[in-house]
Amino acid sequence: MLALIDVVLLAFLAVTAVAIVRLRDLFAAVMVTGIFSLLSAGLFTVMDAVDVAFTEASVGAGISTILMLATLAVTQDVEKKRWRRRFSPLALGVVVVTGAALVYGTFDMPRYGDPDAPIHHYLAPHFLEHTPDDINEHIPNVVTAVLASYRGYDTFGETTVIFTAAVMVLMLLGGAATIDRRRPGGGRMGANVVLRASAKPLVPLILLFGLYVQFHGDFGPGGGFQAGVIFAAGLVLYALVYGPDRAQAIFTGRRLEALVALGVLIYGGAGVAGIVLGGEFLDYDLLAADPQDGQHRGIFLVELGVGITVAAVMTTLFLLFTGRGQPAPWEDRVGESEGTP
Amino acid sequence: MSVWLEALSWLSMLAGSLVLLVTGLGVLTLPEYYSRLHATSITDTLGAALVLFGLAVQAGWSLATAKLVMVMLFLMITGPAASHALVKTAALHDLSLPPRRRQEDGDAGAD
Amino acid sequence: MTLDPGLYNYWIVILLMMTGLYTVISRGNLVKKVIGLNVFQVSVIMFYVSMGKVEGGMAPILVEEAEAVYSNPLPSVLMLTAIVVGVATTAVALALAVRIHEAYGTLEEDEILEKEYGAAGPGAADGPVDDHEPG
Repeated sequence: MLALIDVVLLAFLAVTAVAIVRLRDLFAAVMVTGIFSLLSAGLFTVMDAVDVAFTEASVGAGISTILMLATLAVTQDVEKKRWRRRFSPLALGVVVVTGAALVYGTFDMPRYGDPDAPIHHYLAPHFLEHTPDDINEHIPNVVTAVLASYRGYDTFGETTVIFTAAVMVLMLLGGAATIDRRRPGGGRMGANVVLRASAKPLVPLILLFGLYVQFHGDFGPGGGFQAGVIFAAGLVLYALVYGPDRAQAIFTGRRLEALVALGVLIYGGAGVAGIVLGGEFLDYDLLAADPQDGQHRGIFLVELGVGITVAAVMTTLFLLFTGRGQPAPWEDRVGESEGTP
Repeated sequence: MSVWLEALSWLSMLAGSLVLLVTGLGVLTLPEYYSRLHATSITDTLGAALVLFGLAVQAGWSLATAKLVMVMLFLMITGPAASHALVKTAALHDLSLPPRRRQEDGDAGAD
Repeated sequence: MTLDPGLYNYWIVILLMMTGLYTVISRGNLVKKVIGLNVFQVSVIMFYVSMGKVEGGMAPILVEEAEAVYSNPLPSVLMLTAIVVGVATTAVALALAVRIHEAYGTLEEDEILEKEYGAAGPGAADGPVDDHEPG
């Protein structure tokens, strides 16, 4: 039965991908990309990769779609729907040859789901067996244990990559000054009663859910990345409905920049604490008297650092993209009919 | 679990799937924007709610049921709000409504 | 009727990869290229995650019973990193697209090349047509 779901979802994905190529309207293409991400999140759940599914759903179907829509809104490319379809036989030829070579390569691979595949023989059983002993017997989510402790150095590099991306976009799109320059009433949909009424109870619940996902990452799917993205999504919703100027009342550009750096600092600090206490970089065993407590503390700290950085970066990206454009023609009319909240 | 509960959950999930299938057909075949919105705004939420209800009955009284109920409430709030946002944006962009049909002679029609 | 997917997963994933690659190569609009790159990334991630699945296994969250079969956690961990790095690069690419639009007024590759090098194309002897003043 699971195999049937797998086959059907993959077929949907193939159809969606072909639709994305053929769509000329960019707005529609971005929406179908969101659908593509959501379908792939479902597929990851079927393949037992629940953390990956969670991340793909929140990052791919959430933040990526928002950023692309913000780009389209800023460049006003929604109106210019036309772009010449160039059927390029060379590109098609290259793609077909590469695809054929890859398919030829798959004939050597073990079939899908094979329990004797070589990938399952070396590190994976070690992690699955030794997590209760090495890390902590109260962290059943092996993915979090591997991500934060066994492979913690990779995750540190990844957090630094997100930090670098934020720095690059800040340099490209104007920095904290652009965010702090308050656009009076621009981009506000809050004059609309329905949207205001439905967003108002949702925003605190979303933020609360983000915190839940952050701290529940030890026991179920979750962790720093997903939590940061969900928290940022709550802030983005607030900014969309009440206007970016009100959203920046607490999260000003400068504070966001500080938060972006703070998360990486916490992560690096946890690593350096290991050195200071006499061990290696990111050696959590020394952070408390009992090595298992130390591991738990270390994982908590690094996930917190990751969560803070990711939330601040995603919010900064959104505010930078939307702060760049001219207010759209309908935004002046929104404030006319109904009064301010 | 009793046969009645099982049957109820299966019926609910099948009904929800049928509703969603009809929604898809409506979106594909209806001619213009506002009628397509008619097709999706109610049935989208209804279909999802039916499927979630069927799953909740399958899960019994457990944490999974509580989560499913919360998802259902969330969808019921955001689904209609999203449809409203779509219509409002279209209206503000002056997307044209379908032209009113001229009244036939002697026809007491609603138009 | 049991359905054995066999290698079907990998073939569909290769189809998705090639669709994304085709979008990047052959379409001229910058945002469309970024979308194609996104499709490519997701399909590569799906390839790795497909390899980690164990038949009859469950998600790698330890449970009480001793003989439980789990799917492989390692591809999940690596792909979590990959997804987040992917969105970081997408964000930078889109920021570059926004700046290019501000400088040239268009997101179409051929129009940008025309404005930069004139009708002769990038191989012209004269080099770039105008001396970019900001704005």
